[in-house]
Amino acid sequence: MTRIEAEGVEVALGGRKVLAGADLRLAAGEVVGLVGPNGAGKTTWLRALAGLLPLNAGEVRLEGRALLAWSRRERARRLAYLPQDAPCHWPMRIGDVVMLGRMPRLRPWVAPARADEEAVARALAAVDAAHLAERRIDSVSAGERARVMLARALAAEPSVLLADEPVAGLDPGHQLKVMRLLRGLAAEGRSVLVTLHDLTHAVRFCDRLVLLSGGRVLAEGPPEDVLTAERLAAAFAVRAEFGRRGGEPYLVPWEGIDGDGPG
Amino acid sequence: MRALVLALVLAGLVGLLALASLGVGPVPLGPGGVIAGLFDASGSPAAMIVQEIRLPRTLLAILVGASLGLSGAALQGLLLNPLAEPGVVGVSASAAFGAVIAFYFGLASLHPLALPVGGMAGALAAGAALRALAGAEGSALALILAGVAVNALAAALTALALNLAPSPYAALEIVFWMMGSLADRSLVHVGLAAALMAPGWVLIASAARGLDALALGPEAARSLGVGLALLNWRVVAGTALAVGAAVSFTGGIAFVGLVVPHLLRPLVGHRPGRLLMPSALGGAALLLAADLAVRLIPTAAELKIGVLTALIGAPFFLRLILGARRTLP
Repeated sequence: MTRIEAEGVEVALGGRKVLAGADLRLAAGEVVGLVGPNGAGKTTWLRALAGLLPLNAGEVRLEGRALLAWSRRERARRLAYLPQDAPCHWPMRIGDVVMLGRMPRLRPWVAPARADEEAVARALAAVDAAHLAERRIDSVSAGERARVMLARALAAEPSVLLADEPVAGLDPGHQLKVMRLLRGLAAEGRSVLVTLHDLTHAVRFCDRLVLLSGGRVLAEGPPEDVLTAERLAAAFAVRAEFGRRGGEPYLVPWEGIDGDGPG
Repeated sequence: MRALVLALVLAGLVGLLALASLGVGPVPLGPGGVIAGLFDASGSPAAMIVQEIRLPRTLLAILVGASLGLSGAALQGLLLNPLAEPGVVGVSASAAFGAVIAFYFGLASLHPLALPVGGMAGALAAGAALRALAGAEGSALALILAGVAVNALAAALTALALNLAPSPYAALEIVFWMMGSLADRSLVHVGLAAALMAPGWVLIASAARGLDALALGPEAARSLGVGLALLNWRVVAGTALAVGAAVSFTGGIAFVGLVVPHLLRPLVGHRPGRLLMPSALGGAALLLAADLAVRLIPTAAELKIGVLTALIGAPFFLRLILGARRTLP
């Protein structure tokens, strides 16, 4: 089942065309990685798919229906967006921060119900942060905070998660844990679109990759087909080591290619 | 549960201060005398004093204090900034200018609503200007500078009105009015103020959950289904109604909206939406206390309540700035 379909999406920010006619499909039960060098338009893609940017051209459909035809609340129940370095402007209790993510499912003017409290507890447990519930958000480390924000995005139990660099700033153990958590979400039938700078994780944990460069989709498909030596050189100007362990592929960026920088 | 306890404690405080406010004056009355006077329909001297002289003042203190506390908490939530306050950011001064214009052109004597409408128009203009100048996620510095600009413009225009005033006496009247006072108001004023403020309160209260979501930043709030334009409009229009009406009935009373949310925020777990109702109660309590103080402090002329809140609030504001200095760019 197709959850998100985007066709011919064009977005301009400050007069500059950031996305130039890009397509994307996101099906139920898959983790799709959005990779590309800095400035390739990854974050813009996520924001466009979340309905946060006006499109110059093209269309985004969520479950077959135009994104903006959904009511804000119904859309927010299905689709969660996790910005990179998500801020929290007030030093709130972490349990309360995660409850904010539950908002699309709360009844207006009515306090959260027991089911909402349980959803918050599940979301915190999923990111290995149940013990932080009573702490204040300004008292935890950057890595703990990133996990809390991921829990915030999961609290509404969305069918689509759009996550911008959810593992940036995490220690290796928690990076692996979060990547496995994303795989677990897909196994439950949810759809995950995630931007990743870490190509090692991208190759290993994603079902498909979309390689962006200069606002265009350079390649799309199974990770090993997308991240070939030629494309790594063209998009990132790096040479990488490829390998396999226990049937799972890995890729280690090894050295930069002098001269030809990424466009 | 904790929120309920806090609300009950604050409501109890407002009740006690209201009793004290009704009892203090040239004819002191005990709590028993106040309550007897309130429900006495025979027209005895005590009933006259309580019902006609003191009750309007007490009720107006509650209404205005609640409006200022509520608006302060809402503005802080909307602008993501603990330094936002109707007085500091120029909403009050702009409301005062709007009211002065109504004074100046004699509109105030033509229709009783002219003054509050002028005040609300001024407050609305200031709210819209601030939102445009500082924006959501604007830095503390951007907000303060925008407030300085709005305050300066309102002060300049008010000064112009004073400068061109037909008589020195009219100018003096305006100046004294702007210092803020709850004295000598009637129940008609109180009813009118309540009718104008109540829709503002409802608008602000309806923004509570949106303000909570805004803690995560505008983009995340939108992704949670919050309509930012509607949220902005609710807070700005609600503040304009509440503060515009407050200023036009009592003149400028600053810093209540700064001090009260700041003191109460830790007690509600720093949640912007949860802060609204306690801030309204706290604002009412603070203004009742300040109004008691101006009546009890023995000065030759009665101290104006706006002068007292400014004297207490300004050092408090300085302390907040010192605390925020490290985070300012």
